Amino acid sequence: MGEFSQIVLLFISTVLVNNFILVRFLGICPFLGVSKQIETAFSMGLATTFVMTLTAAATWLINTFILEAFNLPFLRYVAFIIVIASLVQFVEMFIKKTSPVLYKALGIFLPLITTNCAIMGLALLIPLNGYSFIASVVFGFGAGVGFTLAIVLMAGLRENLEFGDVPQALKGVPITLIIAGILALSFMGFAGMISV
Amino acid sequence: MAVKFKELFSVFRNGIWKENPIMVLVIGMCPTLAVTNSAENGLAMGLATAFVLISSEIVISTIKNFIPANVRIPSFILIIATFVTFTDYFVKAFFPTIAASLSIFIPLIVVNCLILGRQEAFASKNPVHKSIADAVGMSIGFTWVLTLLGIIREFFGMGSVFGLQILGEWYNPMVIMLLPGGAFLTLGLMVGIYNHINREVE
Repeated sequence: MGEFSQIVLLFISTVLVNNFILVRFLGICPFLGVSKQIETAFSMGLATTFVMTLTAAATWLINTFILEAFNLPFLRYVAFIIVIASLVQFVEMFIKKTSPVLYKALGIFLPLITTNCAIMGLALLIPLNGYSFIASVVFGFGAGVGFTLAIVLMAGLRENLEFGDVPQALKGVPITLIIAGILALSFMGFAGMISV
Repeated sequence: MAVKFKELFSVFRNGIWKENPIMVLVIGMCPTLAVTNSAENGLAMGLATAFVLISSEIVISTIKNFIPANVRIPSFILIIATFVTFTDYFVKAFFPTIAASLSIFIPLIVVNCLILGRQEAFASKNPVHKSIADAVGMSIGFTWVLTLLGIIREFFGMGSVFGLQILGEWYNPMVIMLLPGGAFLTLGLMVGIYNHINREVE
């Protein structure tokens, strides 16, 4: 198989088959916390995708040229979390200066991304899977798109739930988790579609 | 002294039920859902998180006056990351099978909102002894939910508890309980029951 088709398959499998939220359980906090409205969910997804793509590139470079080159694997977690935190800060400052409109849309979500386990999980999965630089960036972008897909679907379901008659004890978090369960079940239909 | 002990005890008790990190605060959900496909994994994850939470609360409440307010979050994260690295190497060295089944979720304790949240909300404002009470209470609260979730999922998914076969050959395992969907459904019902009990008591 050519390298290009390999990359395309990697992208599709990251978005659907190994969806970060519904299959790998990464990024559940924003998935439950910021999925009340489609609009905000989409902004959150956009911000996360942006940071994920950059994180994938930055952590690949640091892992390959610093941590592995100087044999410092024990510094991996400390290094990754610093990279992610400063990247988020940097992206926030950059967007604030260049595009006030985008900043207004993403503003409050950016600081939240630092403690989003999907980002850290992405950084940890890349060395584990031994991806090349391009594959890492595609993996990061695909993870972000998968995240956005799941969170927007969830927001759509929750908007409709407003009109539902939910038992008192299940209101709020429990019913959200149960819906997420059903969503995860339906995503299982993609399993086995592609194996990378 | 008696009053002080009572106060400490109420801080300690808070995390176990009234402000349970998972049931009420809804934080630290990723490991909760991901690793609880067996009781053993749930317990191991709970203990690993407990170690990191307790040690970092001790360190941070001790040195809180020396950390400048502006850089406190990065400092907290660095302290947490150090303890997580320690835990990761310890588990890999002594419990390789558990390390393999928890995979990236041990390093992900770094970004567990429970840990950072407690530092920000509690350890950075309270003395050491109170922080220890808070950390131990929260750890027990986190661990019991993870273990119970693991027991339920393992029981229905494999007919065993802690690897001990309980249901016989006749039992047809519900594989869905071991899959992501089952994790969400079980936890959703658990939180529902928790809310129901609380309402009944009131």
